[in-house]
Amino acid sequence: MIKNETTNGNSTPARPRPLSPNIQIYRPQLTSVLSIANRVTGLILSLGAVGLVVWLSAAAAGPRTYGVIQGVIGYWAGQVVLFGCTFAFFLHLCGGIRHLVWDTVHGFELRSIYISGWTVVAVSIVLTAAAWTISLFVTGWHQ
Amino acid sequence: MSRQSFRSPLARALGLGAAKSGAQHWWAERVTAVALVPLCLWFAASIIAHAGSDYAVFIAWIRTPLATSCMILLLIALFHHSALGLQVVIEDYVHSGVKFVAVIAVRLCCYGLAVVGIIAIVRIAFGG
Repeated sequence: MIKNETTNGNSTPARPRPLSPNIQIYRPQLTSVLSIANRVTGLILSLGAVGLVVWLSAAAAGPRTYGVIQGVIGYWAGQVVLFGCTFAFFLHLCGGIRHLVWDTVHGFELRSIYISGWTVVAVSIVLTAAAWTISLFVTGWHQ
Repeated sequence: MSRQSFRSPLARALGLGAAKSGAQHWWAERVTAVALVPLCLWFAASIIAHAGSDYAVFIAWIRTPLATSCMILLLIALFHHSALGLQVVIEDYVHSGVKFVAVIAVRLCCYGLAVVGIIAIVRIAFGG
């Protein structure tokens, strides 16, 4: 009877099998992080879209229901979620425009990819900050 | 004896093979994305402009023809784009029979939500 010396009783190899490089092994790079971010923000915004429909339905139901929703959004946790959605929105928007540019077969050089990548990050942060700063000013102006 | 193809002439003409579909999904994702860029920027600007305003002002804004039209267009483009994007995510990570069910469920939910949102806009626009 031939004994298999490479495996023990639990059938785990004596020497670990080589693994193909995957997401846990690669060092995060701007390119891969933004690729994943575009997908994650897409998922977040899909949930945000459900919130949009709830919000519009509340507005259609009347001032009392709308007031309840506005109260939830106005609560600190609601504000944190809304802030996160705002950043996700701008990141997905800018990342999406970057993808549309790529679809025209432009900006594929490594240098261009990094320039557009950092531009997406910077513009998303600036637009999120601008949106909230202006909102706070407008809120004060309306009240 | 010459080698005979088992593919029907129609299948050969369509040229889709095992992919089952062509570029429609990819193209629709781009078309909805192009539509969403101005619609989302308009929506974000409008919401910022109405920050802290009361119910009556908000309703009056939705009732303007531009806002009613753009909100309905936004909901159609948004949920179509969302359905297409979520389908890709499901197809990438779900490999069992659940995939088939999940893709259909997501698509139906997206279309259902779009209709609920559009009805809400129409109720506000034409309600008493």
